[in-house]
Amino acid sequence: MNINFTLFAQAIVFTAFIWFTIKFVWPPLLRAIEARQKQIADGLAAAEQGKKSLEVSSKQADQAIQEARARAAEIIAQAEKRDAQMVEAAKVAAKAEGDREKAAAKADIQQEAQRAREQLREQVAALAVAGAEKILRREVDAKAHAELLDGIKKQL
Amino acid sequence: MAAGKELDPTEYIGHHLTHDAVPFIGNGGFWTIHVDSLVVAVLLGFVGIGLIWWVVRGATSGVPNKRQAFIEVLFAFVDDQARGIFRHGDRNKFIAPAALTVFVWVLLMNAMDFLPVDIIALGTHHISEHGFRIVPTADVNTTFALALTVWFLMLYFSVAAKGWGGWMHELFCTPFGGKLFPLNILFNAIEYLSKPLSHSLRLYGNMYAGELIFLLLWTWAATGLVGTLFGSVFGLLWAIFHILIVGLQAYIFMMLTIVYLSMAHEHH
Repeated sequence: MNINFTLFAQAIVFTAFIWFTIKFVWPPLLRAIEARQKQIADGLAAAEQGKKSLEVSSKQADQAIQEARARAAEIIAQAEKRDAQMVEAAKVAAKAEGDREKAAAKADIQQEAQRAREQLREQVAALAVAGAEKILRREVDAKAHAELLDGIKKQL
Repeated sequence: MAAGKELDPTEYIGHHLTHDAVPFIGNGGFWTIHVDSLVVAVLLGFVGIGLIWWVVRGATSGVPNKRQAFIEVLFAFVDDQARGIFRHGDRNKFIAPAALTVFVWVLLMNAMDFLPVDIIALGTHHISEHGFRIVPTADVNTTFALALTVWFLMLYFSVAAKGWGGWMHELFCTPFGGKLFPLNILFNAIEYLSKPLSHSLRLYGNMYAGELIFLLLWTWAATGLVGTLFGSVFGLLWAIFHILIVGLQAYIFMMLTIVYLSMAHEHH
């Protein structure tokens, strides 16, 4: 164990190496590592944000689907109602039409019957006159008895 | 035995424990430099710190390659220790990089113990006939140099963190209070004295003893076939165990550096 100048030489070398490390070795590596830490932290934060926004948007999507479903149900219900209404209206219209036609037919029939009756009456009157003529060949003068004949025609 | 001449065990061990000492004023004494310790230490510093610097210069904050990942593991290891102990400011300014320097450098210097001395000596004999020790931390000058540098940094940070008054107050009035100031001074003096001693001698003792045990084993290995066999087996076992010591001593040296410098920042 002999202490000599080596001690000072080594101390100077040591100091120089410490200085070098502080100046040139430590800071760049520290910067690189810290930058990477920041990148990782940012990445994790972004992932977290993404997860959150995914949650929000999936909730929104759920809501939209729900709304659409409700809307569809509403539309279907409306359509059914409309359908029923239309059927009802058609029924009513059909019935009205039927009634009208029936009434028209009835009126026609009545008119026809009236006409037939009139004709029948005229023919009967003619027949009666003809019969009376046959019975009273000479004596019946159409002109003289026109008044009488009209009276009979009217009574028929 | 590279010199080619027969040596007895004492001469062999003594030879391997001789520094390449070069006196540069008069015939030496204090003005001597252990060229072996200094050259190996500087070389290892350049290799270790330089390697890290080379990797760090191309460091990316993106996906690191394996080389950078390895350096980052080392960085995180040192930084974790510094963070755990130093809570008095920005550790990136001084303590953590200093700890990295200490750890890498001391680890590499300790690791020189794994190199087989006699094979290395084949080369180093061309540099110095007397001896060339390749483990700088088995030289008390190196460990004292590191410990004393840390000691002076300790004084500097004591004053820088607490001011002259604060530091003087600490020396006179802690830990027993102002009335017992002679006791406090004695107590603190012992503490300031023991820190660099235990810091440096622990490392020196471990590395010196490790080197010595290797030398004893190689002496045994030179005694014939059986000796060679046992010497090799025990040499292997000791080398494996020594991996633990080398790492552990570097770690302890770094930890103590951080602890001492952190204590200097503490207010009492």
